[in-house]
Amino acid sequence: MPAVQETVDRVKRIDVDQYRYGFETLIESDKAPKGLSEETVKFISEKKNEPAWMLQWRLEAYRRWLTMTEPTWARVDYPKIDFQDLYYYSAPKPKKTITSLDEIDPEILKTYEKLGIPLREVAMLEGVEPKPGEEDPNRRKIAVDAVFDSVSVATTFKAELKKAGVIFMPISEAIREHPELVQKYLGSVVPTSDNFYATLNSAVFSDGSFVYVPPGVRCPMELSTYFRINERNTGQFERTLIIADKGAYVSYLEGCTAPQRDENQLHAAVVELVAHDDAEIKYSTVQNWYPGNSEGKGGIYNFVTKRGDCRGDRSKISWTQVETGSAITWKYPSCILRGDNSSGEFYSIAISNGFQQVDSGTKMIHLGKNTSSRIISKGIAAGKSQNTYRGLVTAHRKATGARNFTACDSLLIGDKCGAHTVPYIEAKNSSATFEHEATTSKISEDVLFYCIQRGLSQEEAVGLVVNGFVKDVLQQLPMEFAVEAQKLISISLEGSVG
Amino acid sequence: MALLEVKDLKVRVEEREILHGLNLTVNEGEIHAIMGPNGSGKSTLSHVIAGKPGYEVTDGQILFRGEDLLEMSPDMRAAKGVFLAFQYPVEIPGVATMNFLRTALNAQRKARGESEYSTPDFLKKVREVSKSLNIPQDMLKRGVNVGFSGGEKKRNEVLQMALFEPSLCILDEMDSGLDIDALRIAADGVNALHSPKRAMVVITHYQRLLNYIVPDIVHVMSKGRVVKSGGKELALELEASGYAQFEDAA
Repeated sequence: MPAVQETVDRVKRIDVDQYRYGFETLIESDKAPKGLSEETVKFISEKKNEPAWMLQWRLEAYRRWLTMTEPTWARVDYPKIDFQDLYYYSAPKPKKTITSLDEIDPEILKTYEKLGIPLREVAMLEGVEPKPGEEDPNRRKIAVDAVFDSVSVATTFKAELKKAGVIFMPISEAIREHPELVQKYLGSVVPTSDNFYATLNSAVFSDGSFVYVPPGVRCPMELSTYFRINERNTGQFERTLIIADKGAYVSYLEGCTAPQRDENQLHAAVVELVAHDDAEIKYSTVQNWYPGNSEGKGGIYNFVTKRGDCRGDRSKISWTQVETGSAITWKYPSCILRGDNSSGEFYSIAISNGFQQVDSGTKMIHLGKNTSSRIISKGIAAGKSQNTYRGLVTAHRKATGARNFTACDSLLIGDKCGAHTVPYIEAKNSSATFEHEATTSKISEDVLFYCIQRGLSQEEAVGLVVNGFVKDVLQQLPMEFAVEAQKLISISLEGSVG
Repeated sequence: MALLEVKDLKVRVEEREILHGLNLTVNEGEIHAIMGPNGSGKSTLSHVIAGKPGYEVTDGQILFRGEDLLEMSPDMRAAKGVFLAFQYPVEIPGVATMNFLRTALNAQRKARGESEYSTPDFLKKVREVSKSLNIPQDMLKRGVNVGFSGGEKKRNEVLQMALFEPSLCILDEMDSGLDIDALRIAADGVNALHSPKRAMVVITHYQRLLNYIVPDIVHVMSKGRVVKSGGKELALELEASGYAQFEDAA
């Protein structure tokens, strides 16, 4: 397991306060005034040259939001957020229209370099096609739509995707270039009135990705976005919309890192997925927001609404997430199994260390006939953190033959952390088959000592045992991501024992 | 210089003294058997040598090739050549045995300042070693000890011993939980690994194991001390008359 060794080396070089991605990039930015009002919403819409219908949509969401209150049911505890004390829009100042990578602010490119993601596939990003005969067949292509702060600054692979008919662009562009698609699908899975944070997002979302895969097309590459928060006090409100038309397939990777902060940063993203008949969407996330320092100060508040709609028959949506960062995580990627014979999957690794609080899980809503869902959740709590799995599996009256399998495993490291499992199960018809398994275990001193007696250091031993614990989920990630995730898991557990 | 020297070792666990001044000297190539009733401190001794947390050494010394072992972290002791074959080897779900072996071997090599094995070199070595011990490749693909029978777990310990090439092997009650056939297979493995450079310390409650692994020296422990040492015939004597005669000696 060479990755483990590499991880440990890296872990030795950092500690929680020296968060690896805790650096800032000095670039000029273009900010909305502090606070939230109709003016802020208008400012954002205007900045993005949005059509009138979009502004209207935002304003309706904003007015709705004013009537709503923050949810308090999650097992998380944090000081009240002053929504008037945040900036809602910040963009790198556009110098001119970008046609090639050379024109992107070198500071921005440097940021990616520091992240160890030299825009992930530099050669490809620079548009360097491998010479004939030199292509590596094992290396799948990845297209990157890099979101820097709130505006997408680089979109790559457009040409190749265009050839396949796939639309992959910042949602702000899609609003202008494909209004018919955006109007049809935006808010159709997560309505503007859905919940406090989703409604807030609808009013002020800055940017995000838009993907449309036409009927019968298998997207020729993995699509990927790296998110990053870079402006002090900027709420980050991503909006992502992915549509797989009949018989289409797409795999989307999302990864996040954030710089160190003293003040808490609010992040409220919305992701909507729509799968038509026989379509499949695979959505993978590695989340590594700044978790706060060793006293629990700072860190990102992550309130995310992710939902997939298996709208068509035999459609499939699969969520895989590796959650390691954030001070607060409030996130329940869900599937609405509307089409007959549709299926939903949720594979999750949620790690909490230090003072992190995680309340995460999924909802599987069975509406169609013979729908099936599968939930594999691995929660790991260390330090003084609290880690809750919250899940809902429900079968509608007409959802005959609905099937679900749920396995929730929790692993505790140390004796000051907590793991909680809160499953809700509802079957409104007698033909539904729901299975639920849950285990909670403590990382055993005997297991650690066994590994250490064989020559592993304490950190290596913990990394090895935890990576074994989460193996079932790691296997669901695309290869490139799995390796990164494995490293991240060990890094985030640094200092959790001894 | 002796390979291992334990001098006047006193050890406490949660305020209670378990070892009251224990002495033991092991030279290269020797096979020692440590026998004694339950609670005499046999396993404590093996744990303290390997560096298991939870034991407080209040007095005495443990020297390994003249170096102070108690000053070293347990993983460093492993890298220096101290191997403990566990009475109850643990299961590590999701971690393939092959992966575990490679991670551990390379960690030890790195700690000694040696180059790490590349994947092909490691695979070659592990195949060689497992073949010589008649261990099926299939076992290496499974999670570490997960679903292994008692015999398989002990063979996995022997495999690790062969792979890591330690100079001191401590076998803690390796006969526990084994039927006679499994015991013979495990003992054969241990005998195959005995060499003029490698010492073995066999901790056991019963004489039975010593039919398969023949010791040079037998020590009898009682109440936290070595109360008698002798040749292999001492084990037979114990078998006939029991430990009671030594209770007073302690």
